[in-house]
Amino acid sequence: MTDTRSRVQAPVAPVLVARRGLAHEARAARVVWQRDLIRFRTDRGRMVSSLMQPILFLFVLGKGLGAALDTGGDVDYATFLFPGTLATGVMFTAVFSAISIVWDREFGFLREMLVAPVSRSAIVVGKCLGGATVATLQGVILLALAGLVGVPYEPLLLLGTLALLFLTAFAITAFGLVISVRVQQIQTVMPRVQLLLMPLMFLSGALFPVGDALPGWLRLLTHLNPMSYAVDAMRRLTFHYLPGTEVPAQLRSTLTWGDWPVPVWLDVAVVAGTGGVLLAIACVLLSRSE
Amino acid sequence: MFEQPSGAAPAAEPAVLVQGLRKSYGKGSSTVEAVRGIDLRVEAGELFGFLGPNAAGKSTTIKILCTLLQPTAGTATVAGHDVVRERTEVRRHIGLVFQETTLDDYLTAEQNLRFHADIYGIPRRLVAGRIEAVLDMVGLSDRRGSVVRTFSGGMKRRLEIARGLLHSPRVLFLDEPTIGLDPESRSTLWTYIDVLRRQEDITVFLTTHYMDEAERCDRIAIVDQGTVGALGTPSGLKASVGHDRVRLTTADDAAAAAVIEERLGLETTHERSGLVVLAPDGERVVPQLFELGLTVRAVSVSRPTLDDVFLAYTGSRLQERMAAAGPARRGGRPA
Repeated sequence: MTDTRSRVQAPVAPVLVARRGLAHEARAARVVWQRDLIRFRTDRGRMVSSLMQPILFLFVLGKGLGAALDTGGDVDYATFLFPGTLATGVMFTAVFSAISIVWDREFGFLREMLVAPVSRSAIVVGKCLGGATVATLQGVILLALAGLVGVPYEPLLLLGTLALLFLTAFAITAFGLVISVRVQQIQTVMPRVQLLLMPLMFLSGALFPVGDALPGWLRLLTHLNPMSYAVDAMRRLTFHYLPGTEVPAQLRSTLTWGDWPVPVWLDVAVVAGTGGVLLAIACVLLSRSE
Repeated sequence: MFEQPSGAAPAAEPAVLVQGLRKSYGKGSSTVEAVRGIDLRVEAGELFGFLGPNAAGKSTTIKILCTLLQPTAGTATVAGHDVVRERTEVRRHIGLVFQETTLDDYLTAEQNLRFHADIYGIPRRLVAGRIEAVLDMVGLSDRRGSVVRTFSGGMKRRLEIARGLLHSPRVLFLDEPTIGLDPESRSTLWTYIDVLRRQEDITVFLTTHYMDEAERCDRIAIVDQGTVGALGTPSGLKASVGHDRVRLTTADDAAAAAVIEERLGLETTHERSGLVVLAPDGERVVPQLFELGLTVRAVSVSRPTLDDVFLAYTGSRLQERMAAAGPARRGGRPA
């Protein structure tokens, strides 16, 4: 006991932790983001496998179905499919990046983040930025294939598409976090992913035009799907830069609210707004987690 | 932006102060009370042992102290900060090493430490030096660039302790830090813990199922059924249990027990090892046994151990509990 008392009076080292502030929050978010990038870089298998699906869509479905659909113009089905393939490819990558948080929980690392003197929101933001970055990097590789399906390498088109991909991936990562942040085991989250991602993809207008030709129920569902707005914005951007051709009638795709065609800025706003709401929900869910 | 050295605070401030702490889970009739009124005071600089059978309320108490759970009633402060109202402050002042590993296996040792430095907000100019220092302290400097997946169990634990110390916490929580390690790794780990206690002048709050580790503590609390059953120094606790134990093997233990109880007025118990006579002074009992004319095949005298203390207060042995429940729990995943 005397030993204890003498130690109490000894000078002690200062705690080396910054007072809480925005700079610290940003730094914490940044390192969560960096960790996702490091792990993505060291996991080449994941990078290759995440490219498989979009490439199959683009060249097998695109060219295969395209052969049956004679559009009679320069814009064929594969060209039509390109923006949707990008958007859905990025969607899968972003969701899988988000649900890695369940692995983190299972293998304990999440606790290292949860006990840190930093807000849970910083962790969520870092995760969303990580998922968005990783998915956008995948988008860059897919964009390189643009020429093979008749999409020109216009700098503004490429930059605009990347920006839209990043925004979409950010929102989708937030969505992935919402469905996985409280989940304890990876087996629990996989069925949820299967259940939700397939409808999100099929109802997004990525694979077929959404217009008056669709049955009413299908048209309604596609219009309720935020992914449709991401696909719509990307497709209209792509079509805008196609070299001087008229888009054939059967490939015209327009989202309309009533009779009002949804403008591109509203497409972007819907995606950003959905992402913002999902981000907020994910922050609340993680904050209430142990 | 950074806080003054904690030394400016009154030296008498306890590292951990727990008052009337309660925690129940569930609602209505299915309520389970895991912690039923714990009071504790851990002085700065102590190595404090927190012992108890599984499901005694240890883990719940530690989770509350680490701000991972909120108490149902009572208060607790760690390094002078309330664990409910000043969660972030508490987190800045504590280092945690859990039973389950919380390292990222796919990052290198150094990347794990850098992650910690950033998420804890350690001033950038100090990070490199601090990583150097803690890696050195646990003898992992030469493995800093290795991916953690390639580490042995003992190395991972050392790295976790290094990480727990990176931000110079005032209180280090070690929850069964050596569970699952071989004896050699355990002893190495303790060498490092001793060094860091000297170098960092830190309070250590330890849970363990190993008696030799409990013996190292300045003071020990034995928790059972959600309350503190005993609290004191290891020697004080052993004295409180009182009796020496005289172990006997005789031709007929039952008959011998009856004779000893009748003629010497001493309490006896039967254990797997044979007959045990409880006496305040064991050496004086041994010659008396022979005077009784018993056929004694073997006899030994032992002072009370912490294990006996544990048995007296909880009705079970330290190691038995671990052997029975340890491996199963290791397999379980943190909630």
